[in-house]
Amino acid sequence: MDASMFRAWIHEAARSVTENADHLTRLDSAVGDADHGINMRRGLQAAVAMLDETDPSTPGAVLATVGRALISKTGGASGPLYGTGFRQAARTLGEDHDVSAAQLGAALAAALTGIQRIGAALEGDKTLIDALSPAVTAYQAVIDTGGDLTKATRAASDAAVWGLKQTAGMQARKGRASYLGARTIGHEDPGAASTVLILAALATVSSAGERRAEDHQ
Amino acid sequence: MKKLINSPDHVLDDALVGVAAAHPSLRVNTSDRYIARAGGPTPGKVGLVSGGGSGHEPLHGGFVGHGMLDAACPGEVFTSPVPDQILAATRAVDGGAGVLHIVKNYTGDVLNFQMAAELAADDGMRVEGVVVNDDVAVENSTWTAGRRGTGATVFVEKIAGAAAELGADLGTAAALGQEVNDRSRSFGVALTPCTVPASGKPGFELGEDEVELGVGIHGEPGRARARLASAREIVGVALDAIHTDMPLSGGVLVMVNGLGGTPLIELYVVYAAVAEWLAGHGVWITRNLVGNYVTSLEMAGCTITVCLLTPQLTHLWDAPVVTPALRWGR
Repeated sequence: MDASMFRAWIHEAARSVTENADHLTRLDSAVGDADHGINMRRGLQAAVAMLDETDPSTPGAVLATVGRALISKTGGASGPLYGTGFRQAARTLGEDHDVSAAQLGAALAAALTGIQRIGAALEGDKTLIDALSPAVTAYQAVIDTGGDLTKATRAASDAAVWGLKQTAGMQARKGRASYLGARTIGHEDPGAASTVLILAALATVSSAGERRAEDHQ
Repeated sequence: MKKLINSPDHVLDDALVGVAAAHPSLRVNTSDRYIARAGGPTPGKVGLVSGGGSGHEPLHGGFVGHGMLDAACPGEVFTSPVPDQILAATRAVDGGAGVLHIVKNYTGDVLNFQMAAELAADDGMRVEGVVVNDDVAVENSTWTAGRRGTGATVFVEKIAGAAAELGADLGTAAALGQEVNDRSRSFGVALTPCTVPASGKPGFELGEDEVELGVGIHGEPGRARARLASAREIVGVALDAIHTDMPLSGGVLVMVNGLGGTPLIELYVVYAAVAEWLAGHGVWITRNLVGNYVTSLEMAGCTITVCLLTPQLTHLWDAPVVTPALRWGR
């Protein structure tokens, strides 16, 4: 995977979040303050604009740029959390021009660790961690058993969806939703929902990349 | 949605242009998005920076001026500011004595101010922070994000601001801000929800005969729904909650704050009930504010904040202040 695939991922994530911004905002109005879709759309669109402007040449540089853009444009808690996640992932990828599926797995794990560190959230707190954590585990399991990138990203995306569904049964203990207490039960967490969109975008561009590779054979 | 705006995407930018035009005492940086005193940093004085989501006007921009804040960072509506703008504001007000960040305890505000403080420290600036968490509606435990910061923010900004103006050093200003926070408690009640321009729909729904008890200032729902009752009964619920958490005694500073959609006449009805309740508990009000200070767009309802004063805090509260929204003694 080279820089262009990572750029394609962020373009797809921005497109998907923009398309689903109203849905994210609806989820957030049930448990928070109704700005998650608006903020994520603003942050990811800024990330796309910054990528177009600076044209980073390595996967790590792409993700570092995305992290910076999210921190400086998103606002709310999502900016520092997702921004830190992308920056930690970037650090793991270093300056390699071509990264393997295993390296991407390590980057996703680093993103999870970084987000947990600054957000101080654990699984079960009803946050984006509840989508990201099972996704990282599922991704790694596929790689460990010899699966390829497409299978791993698909498994991560599916696990994130599963995690998102689990959040509906949880009571929020972190972030603004925690103030609602038991009234959060029955609603999916908006942060977990945006994580699903971002990981689904990764799966989409991975399988598209594989199809292109097959066409060349 | 029925609002006096040009476009949902430009509300903040357009408002900042208006703030700049209305208040020559302020300098509005529209690209970095902060509002500062027109005179620039005061050499040798601790700089005070606060900020948070927009939609709470006059908080925080309306409290920039002599005796209070040096700069305010308005985020998008109900969304915390980003580290870049906090850093720019911090740099703009550093008069060599360090900068105090006054932050309301909301996850987004805390994280963004934390990142900005780290960046400022990397640049060699001295930054301390006070996190305001006065809202008794939130049960504080290791399992929650902690109490929200609401009305006491005005008290912290005023008293720490007065101390800084009188020459207090960074540590002293921060300690005073912390003391004010520790001695203050708030409780909020919403009668209607409000609509964030960018979303176009009310943040929550309330029946005609319902109130939301313990509502936060970002339009997020409170801790319980209840039937609409008399102002006296609602004030009783609020002050009982505050009194249970922090026993009230002696002379106090009280703020009855409108959330944006409640007429002043109702706030005075509430204030009368507050004074009656306090008198019944042997507590007297020595200083007060009644009006719209920490709003939530057009939400109807109010917050009640009480601070247990000391002679020193009273003296600093009385010190001159000249800002768009608070002004006396000079």
